[in-house]
Amino acid sequence: MSDSLHDAIQAEIAKYPDRRSAILAALRLAQAKYRWLSPEAFEEVSRCIDLPVAQCVAVASFYDMYFLEPVGEHVVEVCTNVSCALVGAADVVAAFEMELGCSLGSTSADGKVTLRPVECLGGCGWGPVVSIDHRYHEHFTADDVKPVVAGLRTSEGGH
Amino acid sequence: MQGPTFAAPRADAILLDFEGERRALAQYEAAGGWAQAKAATGRAFDEIVQELKDSGLRGRGGAGFPTGLKVSFIGKGDRFLVINADESEPGTFKDRELILRNPHALLEGCVILCNAIGAKATYIFIRGEYATEAEVLNAAIEESYAKGYLGKPLSGTSNAVDIYVHRGAGAYICGEETALLSALNGFRGQPTAKPPFPAVSGAWKSPTLLNNVETVATVPYILAMGAQTYQALRTEQTTGTRLMSLSGNVQRPGNYELPVTATYRDLIDGCGGGVAGGRTMKAFIPGGSSAPILMPDMLDTQIAVETTAAAGSMAGSGAVIVIDTRTCMVQFALRVADFYRHESCGKCTPCREGTRWMVELLKRVEAGEATMDEIDLLVELCDRIEGKCLCPLGDACAMPVRSYLKHFRAEFEAHIDAPACPAGPASPFGALYPSLRRTLPVVPA
Repeated sequence: MSDSLHDAIQAEIAKYPDRRSAILAALRLAQAKYRWLSPEAFEEVSRCIDLPVAQCVAVASFYDMYFLEPVGEHVVEVCTNVSCALVGAADVVAAFEMELGCSLGSTSADGKVTLRPVECLGGCGWGPVVSIDHRYHEHFTADDVKPVVAGLRTSEGGH
Repeated sequence: MQGPTFAAPRADAILLDFEGERRALAQYEAAGGWAQAKAATGRAFDEIVQELKDSGLRGRGGAGFPTGLKVSFIGKGDRFLVINADESEPGTFKDRELILRNPHALLEGCVILCNAIGAKATYIFIRGEYATEAEVLNAAIEESYAKGYLGKPLSGTSNAVDIYVHRGAGAYICGEETALLSALNGFRGQPTAKPPFPAVSGAWKSPTLLNNVETVATVPYILAMGAQTYQALRTEQTTGTRLMSLSGNVQRPGNYELPVTATYRDLIDGCGGGVAGGRTMKAFIPGGSSAPILMPDMLDTQIAVETTAAAGSMAGSGAVIVIDTRTCMVQFALRVADFYRHESCGKCTPCREGTRWMVELLKRVEAGEATMDEIDLLVELCDRIEGKCLCPLGDACAMPVRSYLKHFRAEFEAHIDAPACPAGPASPFGALYPSLRRTLPVVPA
């Protein structure tokens, strides 16, 4: 067992009257370590929170931010909801698909980048909004795609 | 590519009456911050409740419930304050700007309310995607502990307040109060039946006051200026200012703080510079994607809760989306319905099944495969969802789709009749659904 993950989860548990409330944080921390919620990640969360694995999976599968399957080293998420779509999100999606050679919802052949569609990220007036490794980039245009992808291809995983 | 861009404040702004960010505690104190939390320690629960009632403040999250009344409902026992920072209604990004620019106002509001109701802890439930915003809040909280505003009682009270940031993990439904509490309690974020109401049994089955970020951040300002002054800025049933999120096909999108007496025209044309690129407005949405759409002849409606309702829609979260004439309303309806289908928690059958069937029918209309009676079937689906579920998510899908059918029925019919699309390939939504990538011809002018 990794002590640092265990300690980080215990620190989250300390914030709440009931340890179960730390499940979202624990899953997030485990995902940051394993890059996705692998069976080992669930085992570790289950031990730390003292909740059956099945309960941990039930919670994780409800939310969009947990990866229940392996993903690329980097994750690019493009908001395609109405406000971003009105100002050109479809062009940004098309440019990413072209540059990465994979369609929305899949991972580039070199395993470097997963391209995901996401619902409204809360940057509607600053769209199109793209989240890269869980960090927002506003006013994103199709012209930004090429340099951003080049940067991701040459850097280590960051999410 | 750049970060968020903030609009300059209007002269009558209250919450964001300054340029740029005020993240440092010293900046907030220099602007008068924390004076109200200190002054309020000597005031009884009933006094604070009365001040909030007199101010006329209504919840800024979407439902518009009177804040003072909500506070007055809090049950007996170990109480908690929970802040709804799960801002996820498409078109809404104002709580995010408020957190980035004025985080200490939220913290001071939390301490005022906690001391009033005798709560020892606040949990700020912030949507998981707001990573930077969670960091900004945590930094502000850390500074407030160091200064003694948190973790120990202010002078005049024995109540010590702790504030924690609880990050969500990506689920629109967690903006609904009982779903938020399910998620905070460590379960799937599904709504529960009311009663019991959160005021009686909420976080960890304790009496819980649950309010939106903007609502709570407004509290110190109301105490500073006095309820009477705050409520003087009013329509019949709504008072003060609102942070309005303006997005879509508009020249200068952004968040604008406006008095509730302002109109949608003031926001879109005055603040936003009108429709982008000199194009023509097709319609606008006044209160987030779940609000029924309004035609341009309603632009002179005031942004207040009751005036927007009288115009046939809802003020909701204050998110105004401008749509120009290039957009195909069938595609728009499909995108909105697909969002609610994706976010339905699956608990109530009318919502779980209804939103899915709505998407399937709209796909058929979009592809030119539907028959005319399927438009009536869509309306019937709306009837079978609205008011029949535990929470309003299903309604949030049915209400706008019904409004698109009402105002743009001819556009839907053209997709079936000809079949052809009046908007044509210029519609910005067409490329979003590659599997449906349309082969429909454009309706001749």
